[in-house]
Amino acid sequence: MSPSDDSSQQGPDAAGEPPAPSDPLAPSDPLAPKAAPDDSPLLTARGIRKSFGDNEVLRSIDLDVRRGEVVVLIGPSGSGKTTVLRSLNGLETPDGGTISFAGGPELDFAKPLPKGARFALRDRSAMVFQQHNLFPHMTVLQNVIEGPQRVQRVPKAQAIAEASALLDRVGLAEKRDAYPFELSGGQQQRVGIVRALALKPDLLLFDEPTSALDPELVGEVLSVIKELADEGWTMVVVTHELGFARQAADEVLFMDGGVVVERGAPGDIFTKPTEERTRRFLDRILRPMD
Amino acid sequence: MASGWQLFLESFWPIVWGGLSGTIPLALASFVIGLVIALAVALARLSKNRVLSAIGRFYVSVIRGTPLLVQLFVIFYGLPAVGVVIDPWPSAIAAFSLNVGGYAAEIIRAAILSVPKGQWEAGYTIGMSNATTLRRIILPQAARVSVPPLSNTFISLVKDTSLASLILVTELFRVSQEIAAFTQDFMLLYLEAALIYWLFCLALSSGQNALERRLDRYVAQ
Repeated sequence: MSPSDDSSQQGPDAAGEPPAPSDPLAPSDPLAPKAAPDDSPLLTARGIRKSFGDNEVLRSIDLDVRRGEVVVLIGPSGSGKTTVLRSLNGLETPDGGTISFAGGPELDFAKPLPKGARFALRDRSAMVFQQHNLFPHMTVLQNVIEGPQRVQRVPKAQAIAEASALLDRVGLAEKRDAYPFELSGGQQQRVGIVRALALKPDLLLFDEPTSALDPELVGEVLSVIKELADEGWTMVVVTHELGFARQAADEVLFMDGGVVVERGAPGDIFTKPTEERTRRFLDRILRPMD
Repeated sequence: MASGWQLFLESFWPIVWGGLSGTIPLALASFVIGLVIALAVALARLSKNRVLSAIGRFYVSVIRGTPLLVQLFVIFYGLPAVGVVIDPWPSAIAAFSLNVGGYAAEIIRAAILSVPKGQWEAGYTIGMSNATTLRRIILPQAARVSVPPLSNTFISLVKDTSLASLILVTELFRVSQEIAAFTQDFMLLYLEAALIYWLFCLALSSGQNALERRLDRYVAQ
């Protein structure tokens, strides 16, 4: 959970980057369209910086997400992936940089934030947590309708109908009156996904959605996320599941030491990474015993 | 000894009635008001506002650092000296509420802190404000955690209300004192009072167990 876990290792290359408009380490122009050309940009983040005390977790991160695009962040733990994701949802406040959603204001974190800035971000995006963070005192259905009903003021009957349809889609219709502790880890995480979907966000954020699951439960959660991706949901996914990244991602960002080391189509990143650090990371993940 | 047994039986219901009409209402009213004070003080202590949090800390420190009997006497015997005259019952409720407020504030603060940070974040990510997250997500979970220590506080309070006998409130202990003064059978009547307090507290403990079981299903992980 802690965003600053063990990232004391520093990239050797942080020198002279602060005001750079794009990541100097990126081998290719990060703005070059990779998705279908008619896809319009949904999210633009520029120069996101964040430190926890002396620990510089993010050093100028740029991120573009187009509508319908699936962006996957990979990298060693402590590389800053989760902090990027949390910044997009207003759970962390960057020290500098800008974030804007299409049609919304640009938030400049170097300046004092306008009141309600974090709500503006949460209006557009919804987060699925590693530890699901379901509300233990509420049933599955109550968990899902809480946001639509209490925050978005959707009439209760409508919220229930929509929640039931979503639960049905992930195969949990009969669990709607169960409490979270009565569910398996995979079921809990699927409810966590439905809770995010029920908010009808423009952007879904997944923070290592399968890392806390037993191995045999990973598949059921990944297949739900893959289906959502196929349906055209826009999402940013932090994960260690490289197989998922390869299948579902439109763009993969490899992060290390608070910078984006390399970004590109999954086919390129996984088969012919240009950066040595990417290669080493992939080797470690794919052949951990060597 | 026959007369002793008879005195026990004859005084039993008057003393129990003193408990039902004096001790229990006094404890209940003070506890409810005290919880409201405690929640406010706990939130003040947790606040990022330094002044608020210092006020909360000061309040808890004063309440915990002074005897309840002294607090009671300040309100009932002290305040009239500055022109504030309060009847016995309101004085007692005021003193006990303020006292519970200090002790329960720490319990509630700890209970709020015991709810995982992820629960706050889950509330935020579905768009809730701080206040809504606190009310809808955090406090219901904190409530379960605080049932055992708050029950403890309540049971202590039930016994502490015997102090109100010193400011002329007719409650369980005052009734037994009055009978004892009349019959001069102090040992019997004070033991009888102790027994009846104990019976009350046994009933409250079983109520606590039932409440815990009821709330348990909400938090099992």
